[in-house]
Amino acid sequence: MPRTLMKGNEAFGEGAIRAGCRHFFGYPITPQSEVPHYLAKRLPECGGVFLQAESETASINMAYGAAAAGARVLTSSSSPGISLMQEGLSYLVGSELPCVVVNVMRGGPGLGNIAPAQADYYQAVKGGGHGDYRVMVLAPASVQEIIELMETAFELADQYRNPVMVLGDGILGQMMEPVDLDGEGISSIPSKPWAVTGTQGRTTRNIVNSMCIVPEENEAANLRLANKYNKIRQNEQRWEEYLVNDAEVILVAFGTLARVVKAVADRARDEGIRAGVIRPVTLWPFPDQAFEKVIKFAAKRFLVVELNLGQMLEDVRLAVNGRRPVHFYGRPGGVVPTVREVMERLKQTSEVTDGGDRI
Amino acid sequence: MIEQVLIAGFGGQGIMSTGQLLAYAGMMEGKHVAWIPSYGPEMRGGTANCGVTVSDTEISSPLVTEPTALIVMNHPSLEKFEKTVLPGGIILTNSSLVHRVSRRSDLGFLAVPANEIAEELGNVRIAANVVLGVFIGYSGAVNTEAAVAALEKVLPARRHKLIPMNKAALERGAALGLAYRREKAAYG
Repeated sequence: MPRTLMKGNEAFGEGAIRAGCRHFFGYPITPQSEVPHYLAKRLPECGGVFLQAESETASINMAYGAAAAGARVLTSSSSPGISLMQEGLSYLVGSELPCVVVNVMRGGPGLGNIAPAQADYYQAVKGGGHGDYRVMVLAPASVQEIIELMETAFELADQYRNPVMVLGDGILGQMMEPVDLDGEGISSIPSKPWAVTGTQGRTTRNIVNSMCIVPEENEAANLRLANKYNKIRQNEQRWEEYLVNDAEVILVAFGTLARVVKAVADRARDEGIRAGVIRPVTLWPFPDQAFEKVIKFAAKRFLVVELNLGQMLEDVRLAVNGRRPVHFYGRPGGVVPTVREVMERLKQTSEVTDGGDRI
Repeated sequence: MIEQVLIAGFGGQGIMSTGQLLAYAGMMEGKHVAWIPSYGPEMRGGTANCGVTVSDTEISSPLVTEPTALIVMNHPSLEKFEKTVLPGGIILTNSSLVHRVSRRSDLGFLAVPANEIAEELGNVRIAANVVLGVFIGYSGAVNTEAAVAALEKVLPARRHKLIPMNKAALERGAALGLAYRREKAAYG
C-alpha cells in the first residue's frame, strides 16, 4: 500500500496486521470503535480471526488463551473497558504471556465522557491490577508512529513474554494523517517452544499458569519478573527530544499533547525563551536517561503538561530528583489546552521554586 | 504556508468528507496534512465539524483551535466559531443558510450562496464543496486539480458517478474565490 490517509484507530489495526498479529478479541467503545470495525474487515482478508466478545473481561481472557497457544494477539478498548481488563492483565503477566493491549483514553473517572484524556497514566504505568507487576507502555504521537510502534509492541511482548500497552487518546484515535506503508510487514513470528500446542511428541507437557501456592516459589517467580523488569528498564527506554541542547526550560508531554507542546516551544523561542521538549515514547520504562542528559546541558526548570491532574508529573519528579524545579499544567476531564494557555503557564515558571504545584 | 481550516455545519451536509477532500488534496501535493473530526455527543445532536491542517512543514498540533479559515455551512456554526478565527484570516459562509455577515472587522469575509449554486449544478448535497472551492481559489492552499483528483479517494466507488458534479462545484467555487482574492488585492 502506498502513502494513504488513515485514521489513528485504523492504524492500530493495520499496524497490528503488519506486525504479524492475526487474532483480535474486543468490544466496541467510543473513541476506539474503529479499531474493531477496521479489523472485522481486514483480519478475515489475511486469514486471521476477529471475534467480538461479550465484554471486555471476556476479550482479555480470550487474548490470554490465544497468547498461551502462541499467537500474536491484540485487544483494544477505551478507559472504562480497560479497567475491566485489569484482572486479566495481571494474569497475563503472572503467566508470562505476550499480548498487546490498545487503550484510546477518554475522560474519566466513571462513565466520564468520550473526549480525549490522559488520565489512565497511573493505571497503565503503575499497574491497575493486583500483584507486583509491570506492563510496558508505548505512547505514539502521530498516525505514522502508531504503525511503527505496533510492530515494536508485538516484538517487545514476545521478547520479554509480557503484555505491552499502546496508550493513545481520543484525538489520536479519531484524527487522519498520511501514513507510509512501505514493505509487506512481518511474515513470520518468533518460535514459542513454551506455548500450549500439544506435546508434539515430547514426554513433558507445557503448562501456562500463574498459580504459585508455595510462598518461597512465588517469591522466586516474583524475583524472576523483577530481573526481567530491570533488563527492560536498562534496554528499552525510548523518547523524542526537540530543541533540548540549549534549552533552559524543558517541556515534558506524551502522546498527541506533545505536539501541542512542541508548538509552545516554537512560540517560546520566537519570544526569546529557550525552550525544548522531552516526549517520553515509553511511559514504562520511564525514560530517566533523557532527564540525566538535559540536566547536564542547560535545563534550569521543567514544565510537565498533561491531560490529567498530574500523573506523569510524579515520574518526572523522580527522574529529576530535586535537582531542578518541576512545574505542572494540566487540563483534566477531556479538555485540551491551547498553545496560548500553555505559553502563559510557561512564562510563570520559576527557576527558584516549584511550589509542589498541581492544577 | 500553514492553513488551519475549520469546517462546520449540520450532519448530512458532507462536512466530514469535504474536510477529507482538502486533506487528501494536500497529501497528494506532498504537503503535511491532518484531519480531525468532532466526534463528541454533539454529533448525535446533528451538528458536525472537522479541522484540517495543510502545511509546508511538519504539523505540531493537529487541533484547530485558532483557524486561519472558517467555513460555516449553517447559522449556529457562525455564532459558535466566529470569534476563534485568527486576525487576518477568512470566514466563508453558506449564505443560503447563514443570514448575517461577520461582526469581525479584522479578517476577510465572503458570503457564498452555496445551496443555490449547488442546486443549479444538480444537487444541494454538493454545497460544501462549492464553499471548499472558494477557499481553495482564495487561499491557494492546494490546487483545484488536486482537489478534483482527490474526489476519487474520498467518494466511495458507488458514488464515482457523482465526480463530474463535484468537480463542477469545486471549480465554480474556485473561480469565485480567485475573483475575491483579486478584488481584495486591488481594493484592500
